[in-house]
Amino acid sequence: MSGWQLFLDSFWPIVVGGVSGTVPLALASFVIGLALALGVALLRLARNRVLSGIARFYVSVIRGTPLLVQLFVIFYGLPSLGLTIDPWPSAIIAFSLNVGGYAAEIIRAAILSVPKGQWEAGYTIGMSHATTLRRVILPQAARVSVPPLSNTFISLVKDTSLASLILVTELFRVAQQIAAFSQEFMLLYLEAALVYWIFCLALSSGQSVIEKRLDRYVAH
Amino acid sequence: MSHTDDPLAPPAAASDGGMLLTVRGLSKSFGDNQVLRSIDLEVRRGEVVVLIGPSGSGKTTVLRSLNGLETPDGGTIAFAGATQVDFSRPLSKADRFALRDRSAMVFQHHNLFPHRTVIQNVTEGPVRVQRMPKAQAEAEAEALLDRVGLLEKRDAYPFELSGGQQQRVGIVRALALKPELLLFDEPTSALDPELVGEVLSVIKELADEGWTMVVVTHELSFARQAADEVLFMDAGVVVERGAPGQIFTKPKHERTRRFLDRILRPLDGAD
Repeated sequence: MSGWQLFLDSFWPIVVGGVSGTVPLALASFVIGLALALGVALLRLARNRVLSGIARFYVSVIRGTPLLVQLFVIFYGLPSLGLTIDPWPSAIIAFSLNVGGYAAEIIRAAILSVPKGQWEAGYTIGMSHATTLRRVILPQAARVSVPPLSNTFISLVKDTSLASLILVTELFRVAQQIAAFSQEFMLLYLEAALVYWIFCLALSSGQSVIEKRLDRYVAH
Repeated sequence: MSHTDDPLAPPAAASDGGMLLTVRGLSKSFGDNQVLRSIDLEVRRGEVVVLIGPSGSGKTTVLRSLNGLETPDGGTIAFAGATQVDFSRPLSKADRFALRDRSAMVFQHHNLFPHRTVIQNVTEGPVRVQRMPKAQAEAEAEALLDRVGLLEKRDAYPFELSGGQQQRVGIVRALALKPELLLFDEPTSALDPELVGEVLSVIKELADEGWTMVVVTHELSFARQAADEVLFMDAGVVVERGAPGQIFTKPKHERTRRFLDRILRPLDGAD
């Protein structure tokens, strides 16, 4: 079989591995991670020292330890404590916790970037703290945080390749299997890289669409 | 039942001359810096009270306290009826909501919501806080915008407006809540000089319509024309209070005289 033929024949299985493995893994982890991050960011901003301390500790641990180690602790480590989790849920837990740590800092900074006068404008028309946060502050923080959060998401898409090490069938694991079978390592790994790149190009254009939409209320 | 169909008119019976606001002994310190030293203030319905004084004199802090945006260390703020807030006790959420229910603030830097259009800025409070049906809130907002000459900007975002237009929308946003008391915090200080007039004329018109208001400003000509009472503050105390004619022409205190001189003849004292 020629290298070109192998490339064509393996392209579709790799893309399927991406669409059925990488994409849902990244999406699920990002959505859960963002929800977690919003909660952590709000805890970080809380006046209560204990609450903000817990949030700070969480962010510190997540950012201070390798993602691969976090993944292995959950999948290979927890069973020795009697807690066995399947590959997919293990991966989603690990990636969500990881996104939660990084995105929390982005969201916290974005909330702090909204001028204090916006809080006061919400208060003076009678809004509560929570309503002002939801209706006034978060929409403005969202605009600020789209570029860094897009960055986080794109990193996450590539980081999901680590899930191949805990037996999740995703893009990279499909490529690895074909490579092991055909012994064409260079070709298959470059092909996997190409497919990741295509996915990320699509994400980048999605990012500019969102940015444009959120930018409609600022002067250019 | 409103006595007039003019959308700029205050809520009915708001200008009957009865006492609306009584402030007693308002005090506040930031660390060692005592910014308010036992301020007393009374405002009758329909009255326009103007606070003047050098920066750092505490006038903005008084205004912000009335709206629950600052927390004094002592003293009381009482509105006619049930609202009575005693700052010697910890301020509750209910206290803050009660204060904001009675008054609305127009800020120096308008603080419009940049992500909402003009009409959304104005209807946000009535719809989200006062639970007014959206169609009614929009109709009322349009009438107010029309009255200040901004109906055509209904769907514009704040960044598309001039500074004077932004501030007029800020005023309309406060009016839409139909508060009993309007608070203006240096509403023209951030504006280019040629835009000051269009904002002051709206505020003057509101005063003529009978709105009750407390205005912090450096625009002495406005104070002279619109105020029922002028308070001169310096270093956290009310140095002098009286009718504008008396304060501006026959100030009793040396500090008032020097302040007025500095503002009215800024070059005289310069070397």
